[in-house]
Amino acid sequence: MSATATAVRAATAAPRGRRRPAGRIPTAVLLLGAAYCLLPVAWVVVAATKSGSELFSTFTFLPGSGLAENVAELSAYRDGVYWRWMANSALYAGVGALLSTAVSALSGYALALHRFRGREVIFNVLIAGVLMPPVILAIPQYLLLAKAGMADSYVSVLLPSILSPYGIYLARIYAAAAVPSDIVEAGRIDGAGEWRLFRSVALPMMLPGLVTVFLFQSVAIWNNFMLPYIMLGDDEKFPVTVGLFTLLQQGASAPALYTLVITGALLSVIPLIALFLVIQRFWSLDLLSGAVKS
Amino acid sequence: MTRSPAGAASGPRRAPYLFLLPGAALFVLFLALPIGYALYLSLRRTEVKGLGLGSGARQEVWAGLANYTAALTDPELLNGALRVLGYGLVVIPAMLGLALLFALMLDADRRGRRDTALRGFARLSIFLPYAVPGVVSALLWGFLYLPSVSPFHYALERAGLPGPDLFSGGALYAALANIAVWGGTGFNMIVIYTALRAIPAEVYEAARLDGCSQWQIALRLKIPMVTPSLILTFFFSLIATLQVFSEPTTLRPLTNAVPSDWSPLMKIHQDAFARGDLHTAAAGAVVIAAVTLLLSFGFLRAANSRSHQDSR
Repeated sequence: MSATATAVRAATAAPRGRRRPAGRIPTAVLLLGAAYCLLPVAWVVVAATKSGSELFSTFTFLPGSGLAENVAELSAYRDGVYWRWMANSALYAGVGALLSTAVSALSGYALALHRFRGREVIFNVLIAGVLMPPVILAIPQYLLLAKAGMADSYVSVLLPSILSPYGIYLARIYAAAAVPSDIVEAGRIDGAGEWRLFRSVALPMMLPGLVTVFLFQSVAIWNNFMLPYIMLGDDEKFPVTVGLFTLLQQGASAPALYTLVITGALLSVIPLIALFLVIQRFWSLDLLSGAVKS
Repeated sequence: MTRSPAGAASGPRRAPYLFLLPGAALFVLFLALPIGYALYLSLRRTEVKGLGLGSGARQEVWAGLANYTAALTDPELLNGALRVLGYGLVVIPAMLGLALLFALMLDADRRGRRDTALRGFARLSIFLPYAVPGVVSALLWGFLYLPSVSPFHYALERAGLPGPDLFSGGALYAALANIAVWGGTGFNMIVIYTALRAIPAEVYEAARLDGCSQWQIALRLKIPMVTPSLILTFFFSLIATLQVFSEPTTLRPLTNAVPSDWSPLMKIHQDAFARGDLHTAAAGAVVIAAVTLLLSFGFLRAANSRSHQDSR
């Protein structure tokens, strides 16, 4: 009898076990994590609505009444230099990431679909570039660009941002996965030139992966602080990260500027969060893992 | 002419080099050349003659390894390195531990539609800080640490308790580490989660038939199978930790407790731009780069011997 009971239990347990839910714990843990990650964002949304006096006197999560005023004040600050910083950031991140993606696509395609002497050496040297700490680069880059008379210019921030060893790495993996070498070979036999093969055969197939490279690079450049901080002296050319930092520095002696810093911080993350929400729907997670697992 | 067999053969032979040309040119100009220049600078020093006035009074001369001896025995640089070591010991385990935990929770079986939606929301929220620049996240947390603004201090005060001073002593490490953990957990979570998703369903199927619980599956199957991703995320976190710069720099205006040479990079930046001593700065930078490369290669070697699935 006990044998049948065990058999019955085993028979019912197996299919139930397969679909047994993990309980509420995973979701609860994740929601706690989400709360932690959203806390500063929620705070800055509330804090940006407070006037200078409310910031230090009312409960932090109590909305204030000064949002429009804060934005107007920020826009008026030094003839709207804040919006200039935002435009600069958009320029650095947009143009820089576009060029970076183009260079990565060319290099990644060549490394994935051509066999040539020195291929592995070139690839490994490029990858070693990922490990290079930016500081050993940023200071000599500054000195060299200063010698060339190019420091403190838009170019001095744009040019060093174009080369992305990580972008090339991703592009190579994506080219190898998305472009069948048979098709390239067939095109070659049909007499298509190498450039044409790249432009009309490989590039369209690589496009979804290149979108990811572009997004990675634009976020990386938008978030970069050290390079523009070192390169630029003229605050008309600052990206928003360096601009906010200088504003905060001045705020240390004039706390009235704190409201501007907070409002500026909020406005500066809005475009990125919007971009992030749009792209995460298209974001190919498999590419990320492909990049990671190879 | 170019359609001839010979031309077709020479096309593919030359083509890859032409495709690599822009990348290689940028590599030489903005990576190799600056590194070479830094090495060169690190071996020279400025000699001041007389009162150091006039155009010929400052002269660059060969210094040998003097800058390196100075850098390696510099107590400030050493202290910075120790501070970063302590900071890394907090950041890396906390960040990767949380990332692994969240990834496992995301991968756990769902209860239904509502669960799926909630977890989707959580995944997005935890990943969100990735889109926030380091300067801005340091700035936001900096205000949250500031006693006159912080909701935590407000709550503690209401409860009649003294608020902690997050800008001093050991608390400063925690405060800085929290910023890095906040910013980095989501990205690492996604990397680990994607690796978890790539594990074939049959593996779980077999484990369940053998009577493994969810907990056992996570511990004995999932974690070992994502070890390569864990190694990779560890490695990237380590490099990022060694280079910490913008977060402590951003906190400085909010407090007097963060010295201008808190991390090695801050010290090098100070040497180069506040003190104008490019040679010492270059030597310090080379030392950091060498340590990074040494750690990286040692680590990659260890990782490669462990994981046999390296396809390169």
